[in-house]
Amino acid sequence: MDRRDLLRLLAATPFPVLLGASPAALEQAVRAAHASVADPGRYQARFFTPAEWETVRLLADLIIPRDERSGSAGDAMVPEFIDTLLAEGEEAQQTALRGGLAWLDRECRSRWENPFRMLSVSRQTTMLDAIAWPARAHPALSQGVAFFTRFRDLVAAGFWSSRIGVDDLGYQGNTFVAQWTGCPDPQLRKLGVRP
Amino acid sequence: MQANSYDVVVVGSGAGGGMAAYMLTRAGARVVVLEAGPLWWPEEDSAMWTWNYQSARRGGGTRLRPFGEFDAGDGGWDIEGEPYTRAPGTTFDWYRGRMLGGRTNHWGRISLRFGPDDFRRRSLDGLGDDWPIGYHDLKPFYDQVDRLIGIFGSVEGLPNEPDGIFLPPPEPRCWEHLVQGASDRIGLTCIPSRLSILTTPHNGRPACHYCGQCNRGCKANANFSSPGVLLRPAMETGLLTIIPLAMAREVVTRPDGRARGVGYIDKTTGEDRMVEGRVVVLAASACESARMLLNSKSSRHPNGLANGSGVVGKYLTDTVGADMGAYLPRMEEWVPHNCDGVGGAHKYMPWTTDNRKLDFPRGYHIEIWGGHGMPGAGAMGGIQNYPVGGGYGQPLKDAYRKYYGTMIGFSGRGEQIPNEDCWCEIDPKVVDQWGIPVLRFHWKWAEHEIRQARHMQQTFAALIEQLGGTPLWSAGAESDWGIAAGGRIIHELGTVRMGDDPDTSVVDRWCRAHEVPNLFVADGGPFVSQADKNPTWTILALSMRTSDHIAQAMKRGEL
Repeated sequence: MDRRDLLRLLAATPFPVLLGASPAALEQAVRAAHASVADPGRYQARFFTPAEWETVRLLADLIIPRDERSGSAGDAMVPEFIDTLLAEGEEAQQTALRGGLAWLDRECRSRWENPFRMLSVSRQTTMLDAIAWPARAHPALSQGVAFFTRFRDLVAAGFWSSRIGVDDLGYQGNTFVAQWTGCPDPQLRKLGVRP
Repeated sequence: MQANSYDVVVVGSGAGGGMAAYMLTRAGARVVVLEAGPLWWPEEDSAMWTWNYQSARRGGGTRLRPFGEFDAGDGGWDIEGEPYTRAPGTTFDWYRGRMLGGRTNHWGRISLRFGPDDFRRRSLDGLGDDWPIGYHDLKPFYDQVDRLIGIFGSVEGLPNEPDGIFLPPPEPRCWEHLVQGASDRIGLTCIPSRLSILTTPHNGRPACHYCGQCNRGCKANANFSSPGVLLRPAMETGLLTIIPLAMAREVVTRPDGRARGVGYIDKTTGEDRMVEGRVVVLAASACESARMLLNSKSSRHPNGLANGSGVVGKYLTDTVGADMGAYLPRMEEWVPHNCDGVGGAHKYMPWTTDNRKLDFPRGYHIEIWGGHGMPGAGAMGGIQNYPVGGGYGQPLKDAYRKYYGTMIGFSGRGEQIPNEDCWCEIDPKVVDQWGIPVLRFHWKWAEHEIRQARHMQQTFAALIEQLGGTPLWSAGAESDWGIAAGGRIIHELGTVRMGDDPDTSVVDRWCRAHEVPNLFVADGGPFVSQADKNPTWTILALSMRTSDHIAQAMKRGEL
């Protein structure tokens, strides 16, 4: 594992206290992450198969992990949001997501003989590194890039619209305002609108 | 068929039908309103203040509510059991409201008067047609609509952008200050929006509480929707009957050619029913009213009712729409505060450019959006277009925090000139689930509109450059400059055209059918042209004028 892999792993691991931890502690963290995903909870997926559901939950937490400020995509019930959208969604969208997950597993099998969910975290991050930045991804992986881009948008929407996400962003609205006063002075000064 | 009898039968309960019901009940008439959707009262049925996370869908769109499951607008471009068709090779998407109040429930409350030039475009540039009436005919009714409903804005004295009787406009949001500056620097005009939202208490309704959710319907009735502002007071007269889930099918005529009433289908039982009236007012939407006339065929009216001219369904127009979003680094690391404001932009840019210097004949206004709104089902999409380029994990999570609220955008909304390729007719083969023949649409944007869309994109790019931003998407010649498909801006007009000549128009200057003396049209159908302004305020003023005319004629015993 090189330094970059390590950083990615740390980034993806929902235990920020591990920064600077020993290899043994890292391994323990990875096992814990997998264990949390392995518990399917009480939710019964309506669209995803059990294997897809495991991958979806894993991917969601790799995309938005828990940190000191807020919980993970799983904590915010993002997989449940995605499953609901797809269960009620149009066939083209369903096919794009299901097919994208199949693409991901086939790519992982061809590289490492195992589907994404069975890989080590370092191999998972190697895979994601190849498809998570469209501008620098290899053209041969364009379908995987398109899938991951779509999936990441769903994770972001589900996470930031959750209670956890709304609180994290500091959104203060959706309430009664007795008197509207516009943009506050400190912000106007910061924007250079007011000296 | 059993028929209940009223003084006036109104088809539709939106801006046009709601105003007709309000005016005519106040004049003492017994009015029945047929509405194709269910009852819906904002005070009781609005989802105002719901958090998106109260639903597993996070407020995302559904088939019934394409603008989001908590949006007030029931209906959409795709209604189960109520299809429409398109001629091969053409695209027109027909939005229909299916609820009490129709499309006044979810609209943007942008309440602009048409200006003097907008009624006489043919005289000015030779394109399209003049209206048989002018601004001076509608001004007293615009004034009355302003006083009755309430609208905020600022007196500017701009040419062809008439001022109204305004409540004070709200202070701008942070990014609207920035847009104002950019607009000033490149010589555009940016002024306070003119929205039918109350900034002070008005006619017994409270002022806005600035939750930014007008599209969900306002429980306080602090904005304009037909049920809360027009139909409720009409009900209080005791003279209004509303029949919901009533799918109007045709105007039934008497042997003398006058309208007898309206045949409709009771959607709860599927039975055919009829209501009779001394007067029939169609306000079902421009295309739905045209559909009813075309479907009201008889041996006496083989081309449909009031259609001796063959003009019903012709001259269909929508607003030209194109958009651009941008990432504004200056909006990063904001000072957190509540910036919801009213349910719409606090500033907009009216058209003040001389088209004689341009390669397209008509103007557009620019709407502004963006900022730190309540996150919902589409939140934070397209992160790969921001400088971070994509990614995952902790760096991505931090990037989302950094970029939240930094997107602002512009929507151009311009005037389409009626052309012979844009029209609707009855499909010879297809019926809806009630057995009613459906509309078939024909559509083609002309070069005028495509050039206008290109100019919009150039203007947006210039504004974004001034703001120090980066466009998050762009549209070029390959997509006709991102021009929205016909019908997508939901400003359908013109299919029941107004005019003095019965050979070239369907209704006269009072919106009365030339061929049926007790049949009126009170929606967007009679419009002779679009404008670079949204049509609702003009639908309201026209319906008020038509209703006033009906009330006076009834008093004189003429109807």
